Amino acid sequence: MLSRVLNRETASQTTESTFRFDWRRYVVFIAFLIIFAVFSVTLYDVGFLSLTNLINVVVQSAIIAVMAVAMTFVISAAEIDLSVGSVAGLASVTSALAVSQYGLLAGIAAGLLTGVIVGGINGILVAAIRIPSFLVTLGMLGIAVGTAMWITSSAPVPIVNNTFNNIFGSGQIGPVPSLILWVVVVLVIGYLVLRKTTYGRRVLATGGNEGAARFSGVDTRRIKFYVLLVSGIVASLAGMLYAGRLQSGRFSWGEGDELSVIAAVILGGTSLFGGYGTVIGSVLGAVLVGLINNGLTLMGLELSQQQIVRGAIIILAVALARKGPST
Amino acid sequence: MTANPTETMAVELKGIVKSFGGNTVLQDVDFQLRQGEVHALVGGNGAGKSTLMKILEGVHAPDAGEIEVEGTTVRIRSPQDAKAHGIGMIFQEFSLIPTLSVAQNLFLNSEPHTGLGFLDDHESERRTRELFAELGEEVDPKTVVADLSTGYWQLTEIAKALARDARILIMDEPTSSLTQTETEALFGLIRELKAKGISIVYISHRMEEIFQVADRVTVLRNGEHVITEETANLTLEQVIEHIVGQKMEQAFEWKERQVDRTRTPLLEVEGLTASGRFQDVSFSLYPGEILGVAGLMGSGRTEIARALFGVDRIEAGEIRVQGRPVDIPSPQDAMAAGISLIPEDRRLQGLVLDHSLKDNLLLPLLRSLQRGGVVDDRRGEEMVRSHVERLQIQVNSIFQPVQLLSGGNQQKVVIAKWLAAEPDILIMDEPTAGVDIGAKTEILDIARGLADAGKGIIIISSELTELLAVSDRILVLQDGAVKQEMERQDVESEEELHHAVQSA
Repeated sequence: MLSRVLNRETASQTTESTFRFDWRRYVVFIAFLIIFAVFSVTLYDVGFLSLTNLINVVVQSAIIAVMAVAMTFVISAAEIDLSVGSVAGLASVTSALAVSQYGLLAGIAAGLLTGVIVGGINGILVAAIRIPSFLVTLGMLGIAVGTAMWITSSAPVPIVNNTFNNIFGSGQIGPVPSLILWVVVVLVIGYLVLRKTTYGRRVLATGGNEGAARFSGVDTRRIKFYVLLVSGIVASLAGMLYAGRLQSGRFSWGEGDELSVIAAVILGGTSLFGGYGTVIGSVLGAVLVGLINNGLTLMGLELSQQQIVRGAIIILAVALARKGPST
Repeated sequence: MTANPTETMAVELKGIVKSFGGNTVLQDVDFQLRQGEVHALVGGNGAGKSTLMKILEGVHAPDAGEIEVEGTTVRIRSPQDAKAHGIGMIFQEFSLIPTLSVAQNLFLNSEPHTGLGFLDDHESERRTRELFAELGEEVDPKTVVADLSTGYWQLTEIAKALARDARILIMDEPTSSLTQTETEALFGLIRELKAKGISIVYISHRMEEIFQVADRVTVLRNGEHVITEETANLTLEQVIEHIVGQKMEQAFEWKERQVDRTRTPLLEVEGLTASGRFQDVSFSLYPGEILGVAGLMGSGRTEIARALFGVDRIEAGEIRVQGRPVDIPSPQDAMAAGISLIPEDRRLQGLVLDHSLKDNLLLPLLRSLQRGGVVDDRRGEEMVRSHVERLQIQVNSIFQPVQLLSGGNQQKVVIAKWLAAEPDILIMDEPTAGVDIGAKTEILDIARGLADAGKGIIIISSELTELLAVSDRILVLQDGAVKQEMERQDVESEEELHHAVQSA
């Protein structure tokens, strides 16, 4: 009855949104294909399409991709985590120290514990004391880097434990680098949790309309706590991946990564205003940034020029993908 | 009354008392909702109907009184408690997540799961389709709510409540954002819900709707229960009488004023149209005149004000200021033409609450106060002090954040802010909403004073008492069009104006 009336009145509206190809949502895929095609032609001679180079692209973006999966949850809940890069640095240091003192398991435990503590503090401050996550994690960024510099006197901590290095970042299983496996594992878990579990649905509800979520019985403060806790833990995993790949822990590993991670998530199509998120998009966004870096390097651009071009491409893609808050 | 003493009520509220900060808003109120009835709850602004329902919804706790649901005394401490007792609320748009689909919204936080413990979206989509079919509706459960029209939002809200086994529905102004056809359809739906034994509390300002849909009516006034009666035994006039009450506030007495209508009008509006909001609106405003604008929510009153102030674009029609046609594509142009708007929601649109009174007042004037790019602070302060004195704003210091002022004083700051720009034409949208009675009379006096000084004032208000007290002429709007234009001296009583606003 109502629908019959409404169908007539809103026919144009509904059919439009149902049948029109919503390209904004797929900007990352489109951009990926275009940029890939352009590089394939222009950089064919310098080996862009070689398997080694392509694997290299994925490996270079793997650590960003891992952090982007957790950041997808944070941003979907309409929060932000600026501390991920420096937490990665701190975790690389704590796990490196623990590995050299007490062995493999202690190293892993120390790294993860770093993430639990930092992420937990972020979560408590945001959820219980209600300080905006932007401020909390901005402060935490400094605290984590400072701590990492302090306990190592700013010196790198070498890791000689080959098992640790092989598990995180350096090793391969057959022809596949372990970093790529880590990305796949985190991607699959993240996808399932966001799309297929109550927790994921609650994260989206919290970011989509917090008041409504609360009225539907969702404990939104708890959700905010968890997204930040998990972001911290995943950042510490990223730190161990750095440590394994570079066979050392250092405060500067992951420096500035927070911006690359957030760019990857937004490029991927997750709404900066919360309520909508895509884990696959985020990983693809991370690989896209890696692809751009790789292509620009092969073109022979200097680092300074690369940064300018990369910044411009990211702004352009995000501007195209931007979906404003529903008004 | 014909209540059967053995009948079990769906809801019974007994002796509910509630006050906020010493201000009693509900005084010993009784309310009974029968099984399967539609019960209209009506009253003027501040009568207490929303507060009463918020107590039933678990948003507020009563200071005293008892709540019975289906014969058992219950304590409702949170919206979750209310839900557990089968009480569902239909908010305007509050309880939906715009970025999730219809099915995801319906089963938010009560999602069905597969054997593996994952969410079973197919199942929730199937149940959504079923639930809508039961209501005689069709919907694609996968549609994202943000893409739906407002009529569907409402429908989704209702379906969501039913998905949680609600047996009692509270609808607060459910038609305010619906079109006429959508409203008709909603009434059909309400009848079907009734047939299923669902009891409905229906809050609305629109009398004709109440007579269409409600079985019984309860009137509240100033936090007290006035009457509960079968709708069939009441006339529109009787309901309005109960809402208004006997005594007219002394403070709102009409002071007759003289307006010279032979002069060039300050503002002439001809055939103003913006599709979907208002159409073919014409009126004029003379120097020294106060024009009251009455109409229900959604009648187009705020929309016209926004268009005159250049916030929204118009599609057709002409605006003339002092005889000259003007184009007003932006608020800057409106101010240049001498038009100012005091917006409806002062906290949202009128004030920067964290900033001081002085900074708020000077915000629209910064350009005129600057010299070589630097703001002349001393001159600014002088201006602020003179306004504070003129409007008698109670404030400890002009550097105090406006957040700390009372509602009435905040409103005076908003008025002062726009007066400082020295407009010829001042539009005030609900200038007395949420301020106490003393401040109300002061604000009306300010409006009279401005008109006496030759300015043209347009006052939009849903408080008809106020309109009658201050206007020289009253425009009645309905569905985006001017329905009637009344000279103040021709209006005999508030009931007459009520009638003009309400009747279709």
